[in-house]
Amino acid sequence: MTHNDPSQELAHIRGLMERSTRFLSLSGLSGVVAGVVALFGATLARFHINDALTPDADFLTYGLERGYSPLHDLRVTLIMDAGLVLFMALLGAFWFTWRRSRRTGQHLWDSSARRLVVNMLVPLGVGGLFCLALFYYGLPGLVAPATLIFYGLALFNASKYTLDEIRWLGMSELALGIVAMFWLEAGLLFWAIGFGVLHIFYGGLMYLRYERGTEQNA
Amino acid sequence: MIEQLNKAFESRVRLGVMAVLVVNDWVDHARLKELLGVTDGNLASHLSALEELKYVQVRKRFVGKRPNTSYKSSVTGAKAFRTHLEAIERLIPRP
Repeated sequence: MTHNDPSQELAHIRGLMERSTRFLSLSGLSGVVAGVVALFGATLARFHINDALTPDADFLTYGLERGYSPLHDLRVTLIMDAGLVLFMALLGAFWFTWRRSRRTGQHLWDSSARRLVVNMLVPLGVGGLFCLALFYYGLPGLVAPATLIFYGLALFNASKYTLDEIRWLGMSELALGIVAMFWLEAGLLFWAIGFGVLHIFYGGLMYLRYERGTEQNA
Repeated sequence: MIEQLNKAFESRVRLGVMAVLVVNDWVDHARLKELLGVTDGNLASHLSALEELKYVQVRKRFVGKRPNTSYKSSVTGAKAFRTHLEAIERLIPRP
């Protein structure tokens, strides 16, 4: 073993360093499912907002300070919408990534997966609480841009521990979030682009790059 | 130039162990075995060789009731690995 081909040797070392630090079993299909769910969720939210909105309501508060009866409170409906979307998206993401990890032989819950989840959950959790505070103070118009920004930061942060596409997805979410911050009337549209279209786009890209063709050896 | 290639890293397993350890904090035996695809005995003998050279630090503790041994690269080990890597890189003919 003394005189291996040096470039092969280097490739072997790099591969090990990569595999030991990054979670590479993330499935692109997870992103596609999350994107489709998000588009449904955004459409649902659009109807709810249209129902509740009075013609003179502004796009920052949606007229929420006027005090709707608690049962028909738009806030409750929107938070329920969001919760449902989150649950469905996570379920889909988990299923496809689990399926893929069985194929790649990488454990689903190894140290690289744990690192990915922790680095993702800290910014995301803070963002979630921040959005609840926005609702609490009657500023739902800022929620869509804020979710994009915190999600973008979470992805950007976690991308060190997984596929490179996640870094680009994160930066795209951040750019959208910043534009949405100054264009509140289109907040939901930007949200649908960020969580729907971008997920489908990057998820599809990841699927085509890494997974297509590996399906048969399940 | 050839002299800078470290004899300790002639084994692919030892080189692999160091590659994993320099980019990770404590890594346990089972994880190393999984990443390198080697047997317990083989891995253990290479790890003790690295330990003797003071290239790795060893930590033994209990996780629940099971003993768990983890490894981490020492400063000397990381330096030796980097020098070795640079030496390999210099062996590659430039196009």
